[in-house]
Amino acid sequence: MSVTEAQPARAAFAVEQAWQLNPQVALRDESFGALAYHYGNRRLVFLKSRLLVELVSSLRDYPSAAEAIDAVVPEGQHDSYRRALARLAASEVIDAC
Amino acid sequence: MPAETTPLPLKEQFSRGLDAPICLTWELTYACNLACVHCLSSSGRRDPKELSPAEARGIVDDMVDLKVFYVNIGGGEPMLRPDFFDLVSYAVDRRVGVKFSTNGTRLTAERARQLAALDYLDVQISIDGATAASNDAVRGEGSFTAARVAMDNLAAAGFGPFKISVVVTRQNVEELDALAAIADSYGAQLRLTRLRPSGRAVDTWDTLHPTAAQQRTLYHWLLERPGVLTGDSFFHLSALGEPLDGLNLCGAGRVVCLIDPVGDVYACPFVIDSQFLAGNVRDPGGFPTVWRDSALFTSLREPQSAGACASCGSFDACQGGCMAAKFFTGLPLDGPDPECVHGHGQAALAALDARPQSALGHSKVARDGTRIPVPTPVRVSFRSPART
Repeated sequence: MSVTEAQPARAAFAVEQAWQLNPQVALRDESFGALAYHYGNRRLVFLKSRLLVELVSSLRDYPSAAEAIDAVVPEGQHDSYRRALARLAASEVIDAC
Repeated sequence: MPAETTPLPLKEQFSRGLDAPICLTWELTYACNLACVHCLSSSGRRDPKELSPAEARGIVDDMVDLKVFYVNIGGGEPMLRPDFFDLVSYAVDRRVGVKFSTNGTRLTAERARQLAALDYLDVQISIDGATAASNDAVRGEGSFTAARVAMDNLAAAGFGPFKISVVVTRQNVEELDALAAIADSYGAQLRLTRLRPSGRAVDTWDTLHPTAAQQRTLYHWLLERPGVLTGDSFFHLSALGEPLDGLNLCGAGRVVCLIDPVGDVYACPFVIDSQFLAGNVRDPGGFPTVWRDSALFTSLREPQSAGACASCGSFDACQGGCMAAKFFTGLPLDGPDPECVHGHGQAALAALDARPQSALGHSKVARDGTRIPVPTPVRVSFRSPART
């Protein structure tokens, strides 16, 4: 195999899996969306829309991230919100249930 | 400041102010057992009006309500406050993280173990040179050894990665690699911040601030080392080209503020002057009202004039630089930073006669009322402080 593995250690974001807001993360609502602070890695991350905050907050109510996106995000924006969740998974704002 | 940031629209949001600060500095006491020549708060003497333990806990309660995730605790020397550990525990127990700066003189082996046992706590130990000679010239005799002992104590206690905080000066800019090596030897993170002409540095900035050539060296050094923390300190250098990591804007009164030991709220830690005083936590409504409604912060959140910098192609990158650096060197706030990388600040400085002298300050004074010349040689004591 000659394929380079991008980030082998970090769990990749799988949209068909169940996800939740990481219990170590606190959200603070702001007019643009929210601030997310991870008490473990001390990172501050910005959620840049109210819809993304709603999506992140409702992840745990759905058996998969895909179903959460279907329910919360208008069609036509699914791809960009899937990418946003992948970024939030990489920074450990959300984690797999 | 943020390890992960996103581009422009947010910057716009931030410049209009957030519902609560992101980066709140809280100086617990003006008492200090050192007398650093560049102390931004002119610390030395405890102020008799210092907030009581109950009032200090009330500030933590405000932070909980406002969802301020962490506070940056400083001083003076915060560990000199008798209720230091009680207060820190009170904060972290309520999920208000604490990042605190210390000169290390009171960080005994026992204290290091206590700190290591607390969650949500980060420690940064200040040194301003890679050797006793260069550090002690600024921070006072014995201060380098004391800081190294504190670092050894944290390492022995298994604290984990602490931070080593350095104010970049004309003298230590040549020692950046050596400072990074000290940090590496502990598995610590190096944090560099900018020297502002605030507090006692009003008098020492001229001889201590890095030269234009050194600033360029620093800029490239930082670009090559994204792991070095800067607290968004050097955004004026982003005018040299590729922006440095961070928000690259002045957050004063918008996402940043200072609560001083007597409860006065200033726009940022570097502008302890009546002109930048927004209110006091003892006022009706307390800190939340000062943050949301004070006339000063409201005006800082309005669009600012670029003034003399409006025609400069670098304005988007540097935003005109640091408000505190301009104010304390006597430059207009809507003009170039005194360390403008294009030299506009130098020209403006050359045209000035005098600088403002702040009436505020807690420097130790001699019996005849004159300020004790700094740095004051200090004998550092390693006795274990009484348990609080």
